Amino acid sequence: MAQEEINKAVSGEYKLGFEIDIDEETVPPGLNESIIRFISKKKKEPQWMAEWRLQAYEKWQKMQEPHWAHIHYEPIDYQSISYFSAPKQTPENLDEVDPKILEAYKKLGISLEEQKQLQGIAVDAVVDSVSVKTTFSDELKKQGIIFCSISEAIQDYPELIQKYMFSVVPKTDNYFAALNAAVFTDGTFVYIPKGVRCPMELSTYFRINALNTGQFERTLIVADEGSYVSYNEGCSAPMRDESQLHAAVVELIIMKDAEIKYSTIQNWYPGDINGKGGIYNFVTKRALCKGDNSKVSWTQVETGSAITWKYPSCILQGDNSVGEFYSVAVTTLAQQADTGTKMIHLGTNTSSTIISKGISAMKGQNSYRGLVKIAAKAEGAHNYSECDSLLIGSECGAHTFPYLEDKSSHAKIEHEATTTKISDEQLFYLRQRGVSEEDAVSMIVHGFCKEVFSKLPMEYAVEAKALLELTLEGSVG
Amino acid sequence: MNNMIEIKNLHVDIGDKSILKGLNLSLEAGKVHVIMGPNGAGKSTLSKAIVGHYDVSVKEGEILYKGKSILEEAPEVRALNGIFMSFQNPVEVPGVNNAYFLRTAVNAKRVFEGKEELNAAEFLRASKNIAKELGMKPELINRSLNEGFSGGEKKRNETLQMLMLEPDFIILDEIDSGLDIDALRAVSEGINTIKDGKRTFLIITHYSRILEYVEPDFVHVLKDGKIIKTAGPELVAELEEKGYTTLEES
Repeated sequence: MAQEEINKAVSGEYKLGFEIDIDEETVPPGLNESIIRFISKKKKEPQWMAEWRLQAYEKWQKMQEPHWAHIHYEPIDYQSISYFSAPKQTPENLDEVDPKILEAYKKLGISLEEQKQLQGIAVDAVVDSVSVKTTFSDELKKQGIIFCSISEAIQDYPELIQKYMFSVVPKTDNYFAALNAAVFTDGTFVYIPKGVRCPMELSTYFRINALNTGQFERTLIVADEGSYVSYNEGCSAPMRDESQLHAAVVELIIMKDAEIKYSTIQNWYPGDINGKGGIYNFVTKRALCKGDNSKVSWTQVETGSAITWKYPSCILQGDNSVGEFYSVAVTTLAQQADTGTKMIHLGTNTSSTIISKGISAMKGQNSYRGLVKIAAKAEGAHNYSECDSLLIGSECGAHTFPYLEDKSSHAKIEHEATTTKISDEQLFYLRQRGVSEEDAVSMIVHGFCKEVFSKLPMEYAVEAKALLELTLEGSVG
Repeated sequence: MNNMIEIKNLHVDIGDKSILKGLNLSLEAGKVHVIMGPNGAGKSTLSKAIVGHYDVSVKEGEILYKGKSILEEAPEVRALNGIFMSFQNPVEVPGVNNAYFLRTAVNAKRVFEGKEELNAAEFLRASKNIAKELGMKPELINRSLNEGFSGGEKKRNETLQMLMLEPDFIILDEIDSGLDIDALRAVSEGINTIKDGKRTFLIITHYSRILEYVEPDFVHVLKDGKIIKTAGPELVAELEEKGYTTLEES
């Protein structure tokens, strides 16, 4: 069948590529100690935080950018990036948020007006380097839940930050995490107290807007004993010819009998068919299941970014703790993704599940990289991994790099992997029944992903499905 | 005479091989037509040309459906206009739910015809009734499309689709191959239920098994890329007896 037709079907337009026309304060490009001090001062941080940042920066300068992943990109010039950019207006309440920002968020399908939020979702809205609005904070506070920007948390809850920040992803964990520790500008902090079940979905929406600016956010979520929270993040960026760096860190801490469900819909600008522009997405995400019977699940739908380097991990320290990773990663155009997970089993009877679905189309390159590590003491550990790849067309690629380290003697580890190609024969069959080529492709793709979509909260599953359609369908004929 | 299909001087290649070499064929509307012929004569190529399969390239000639040329039309447009082909080997489509697929197809056609879409309940009721009549296991409707289906289950599923889509022109490509007697009977009964004197059938076969259950009006013999003889149902017995080699062009 005409490959052109299929390509048209899978090169969906990026619909969120608009720019918000607002006044921003942006520091000149370049990274040095004084920029870091500037960021810290701008954020009104205590001295200890400034020092932590500088320690990270010092180490980072001695580190090497990692190149083991199956991705290729132009070298990043860290001195050409601006490390701080913020809308000039800093609002105290919703009335003071720049109407252009409200309008932009509306365009992204997110309302920042609490009374208009019917779905019971609280939002932290981040534009470039700062959080512009967090909804429902006061409401949540009544139950002892803290949901605020990380900048506020550093000022208002220093004891919690000092205790937990960098406790899962240390300052110098890896090159990009160290860079983030030095220059992170905002992000979200969540604390769920003992025994509290968070009554609404919490979410953060990250928007890169300014030109030549890096985005470095940090998210920290602590679920105390017996608590539960479902947290979601979404993101998008304008279409630009220049690539932009996004290096985020997420730390989750789950105490005894607690659970965090963390969902991501990642839709950064992917760049064009020749690999021009797009976000370089280098992200470190890690969860520590600290207490017994704790549980974490990472669910991600990744359709954006030119480059993705991301391995949401679970350290299963508590006995009977559970880690889950459900992922759909799409690479079309000239996108490259090297993504997967790490499941580190330390406690006894810990169990983990990995379901990874990679979809490659056009010139997209999709790699799954996953580690399952069972410590000697992790008696009765159990892992199930399933890595499936779906190829659309003949120029794309799918690769699988599973790693296994088993030091115990009683672990049960299962691994399954499949690679399938949407065949001309399948498409023709569906078309002969009156289904358009576009719908035929999306029907097969949805069928392939539905196991992961079923793990997303309802509203987000609908969004993810629509996003996938946009990404892979575009305009046929 | 009212013809559903009119094929004039059709030349078709598959790859660089010339398969149909100036084929002429008229199919009278409302009738059951059978195309018989030896292996390699071009029977499947003919059906592929009518539905717009990607394998075929039409070099010369014309195919008119309801009086209009369809050669430039996409396969799905031909389908929406009422052309249906039961595949010889229906492909498996893992992950795509059989009922979801069929409902999408049925509703695509209904929207095309300006009718209201069937909701999930209406669709399920209709499809389950038909599936039952065809002797399909009820769970097949909720499995992945054709995945792991036996040969007989696949052909029953093709028949279910045919009955749900209610096409005007139906091509049955070797529908009887690999079927046991029960499946053959069920599929034939399915065909007979929508034989209403308006729909037109084109049965492609090189056995005459199915013709014991579905009575043809016309028999066309395809050999070396051309129709060499057209006659009534009595030709079936003659071909059974004498084979294709003794047939003379008529």
